[in-house]
Amino acid sequence: MQDFLREYLPILIFLGLAIALGGILIIAAAVIAVRNPDPEKVSAYECGFNAFDDARMKFDVRFYLVSILFIIFDLEVAFLFPWAVAFGDMSMTAFWSMMVFLTVLTAGFAYEWKKGALEWQ
Amino acid sequence: MTAVVFVFYLFAVSTLLGGLMTVLSRNPVHSVLWLILAFLSSAGLFVLLGAEFVAMLLMIVYIGAVAVLFLFVVMMLDIDFAELKAEMAKYMPLALLIGVVILMQLALALGVWGFDAGAAERIAAPKGDMENTRALGMILYDQYFLVFQLSGLILLVAMIGAIVLTLRHRTDIKRQDVLAQMFRDPAKAMELKDVKPGQGL
Repeated sequence: MQDFLREYLPILIFLGLAIALGGILIIAAAVIAVRNPDPEKVSAYECGFNAFDDARMKFDVRFYLVSILFIIFDLEVAFLFPWAVAFGDMSMTAFWSMMVFLTVLTAGFAYEWKKGALEWQ
Repeated sequence: MTAVVFVFYLFAVSTLLGGLMTVLSRNPVHSVLWLILAFLSSAGLFVLLGAEFVAMLLMIVYIGAVAVLFLFVVMMLDIDFAELKAEMAKYMPLALLIGVVILMQLALALGVWGFDAGAAERIAAPKGDMENTRALGMILYDQYFLVFQLSGLILLVAMIGAIVLTLRHRTDIKRQDVLAQMFRDPAKAMELKDVKPGQGL
């Protein structure tokens, strides 16, 4: 148990480093940056454009289709992974069960391709 | 306090913080970001339990995909905060009722919560020396054949449903037809004419 967790120690260290670096950059910007604003300097002319519109606009529904198709194939890969790990010593039933699963999803993929859902018009 | 216990408390606190801020944030987009923190820290908790596969699944499926989807949903809803507040006051009694019912259900479930006899020993010393991804792979595809195939069918239905509901082909725009482009014959597409000087065509 302890050995197994020790393998994850580098990830934990990286996580800590990433959080620390993010924190340091934010704090450094707040502490040591020179700040003497005047109305002209912070006006939209110097610091970019006025906002054209609200950022909370409605998205095209096609983005939703792309992301939901992504999730479906993501889940398919998640099912494939333990199968691949245990491939060496699994039964024939398990092998063919995955083949049936893949056939079903390939049928779905063919449908999707045929309908043109993968094309961005 | 050993390092493992310390890391456990770290992840536990950030899971709770993430969950709490998901509920309390005023901005729905911030809520989704806090939700990602909660997912990420619970993935850490799963790793501490030794359930690597579940942890990685939580990362790939929940953080990668569901959070993106949530963001889309949040963006697609045209949220008017003032209106939302008024609506919330209207539905407050119903929300409180549902909250109380859920609380009672949780109390019922947790009241009879118990471990199987000998569960503690089995947790302390797991059977077999397989890593758990392999152990899952050994039982998922033949022992749980039906459930596995049903999940495949559910994915298929979700795929077809999403396509049927959201796919619209616009007819008012020109689309690129790659095959038509590739099979285009230059000899047919243009014609060379020999124009004599002083004369038109």
